[in-house]
Amino acid sequence: MAYQLNGTSVEADEEGYITDISLWSKELAILIAEDEKIEMSDDHWEVVNFLRDYYEEYQIAPAIRVLTKSIKKTMGPEKGNSQYLYELFPYGPAKQACKIAGLPKPTGCI
Amino acid sequence: MEEDDFDPEVVKRFLFVNRKAPYGTVYALESLETVLISAAFDQDVSVVFADDGVFQLKKGQDTTGINMKNFSPTFRALEGYDVEKLYVEKESLEARGLTEDDLVVDVEVLNSEELSKIMAAQDVVITN
Amino acid sequence: MLHTVNKSPLERNTLESCLRLAAKGSAILLIEDGVYGALAGGQAAEKISGRMGDFTFYALGPDLAARGLSEAPLIDGIKIVDYGGFVDLAAEREAQQAWL
Repeated sequence: MAYQLNGTSVEADEEGYITDISLWSKELAILIAEDEKIEMSDDHWEVVNFLRDYYEEYQIAPAIRVLTKSIKKTMGPEKGNSQYLYELFPYGPAKQACKIAGLPKPTGCI
Repeated sequence: MEEDDFDPEVVKRFLFVNRKAPYGTVYALESLETVLISAAFDQDVSVVFADDGVFQLKKGQDTTGINMKNFSPTFRALEGYDVEKLYVEKESLEARGLTEDDLVVDVEVLNSEELSKIMAAQDVVITN
Repeated sequence: MLHTVNKSPLERNTLESCLRLAAKGSAILLIEDGVYGALAGGQAAEKISGRMGDFTFYALGPDLAARGLSEAPLIDGIKIVDYGGFVDLAAEREAQQAWL
């Protein structure tokens, strides 16, 4: 599949993860989120930006348990819990948020 | 293993023995992915770096010129996955003229005899 | 003749075979995992340092960089080349033998 953005086509795999991370932009994130039936709020952006920073540092998308733990460490327990993250990303925070952030599917995703 | 057989209560001691240099073959990257998956299943995971496997941890890797992904930063993510038992064989490190300061993560440097005991105490050992 | 060696000398005997069989005066270029053979500190260092008089040794820069060896101490006399230098060597030496 592919996303159509401002007249250009951005390639993605059959599950909707873009194949070239360098083609990510905020506009593209909003478009991917629309496909996932998510309207991006500041709270959504906070998680998406966190994931992008994590990827930049470690070159992988974290498993959900690791994501929750690291968010807890930096943003506190009221955000670093799976209930909060599932409210933002109902079909799985690691999967949906990673897709919107332009990252590959999380390693060790179950 | 059938999916039905997975029992989340059973925690096994998994040891991965990494013996290959990072980019010439795909073994090192595949092993790292298996380590991450095992850790995501809450298993008790240890990793040994021996022979050319110690080169996986060499500081200063820059793969832009060979058009491959530099996965050495991912070793620093292992702590977040609760994989904290990283061992490097002393003899392998010395044979390559390297020291602990050359490595991207904190490790425990052990001699062959000490490593042999750790290997013998595992439930599952996977050598790459 | 240009010989290329792409295996680590600490894992395979590819470099040794090349050094035993290559004609004196040949150029030997270390590529991929073969560049580990250029490390000055390791056990394999003397394989090359002892044959400096027989061959001209090169190592491929991008492969050294990928493995974190750009700043590492290399055996004296090994010349570092980029992909362009590889092509020049291949053209200059006409025949090429790849030790795998």
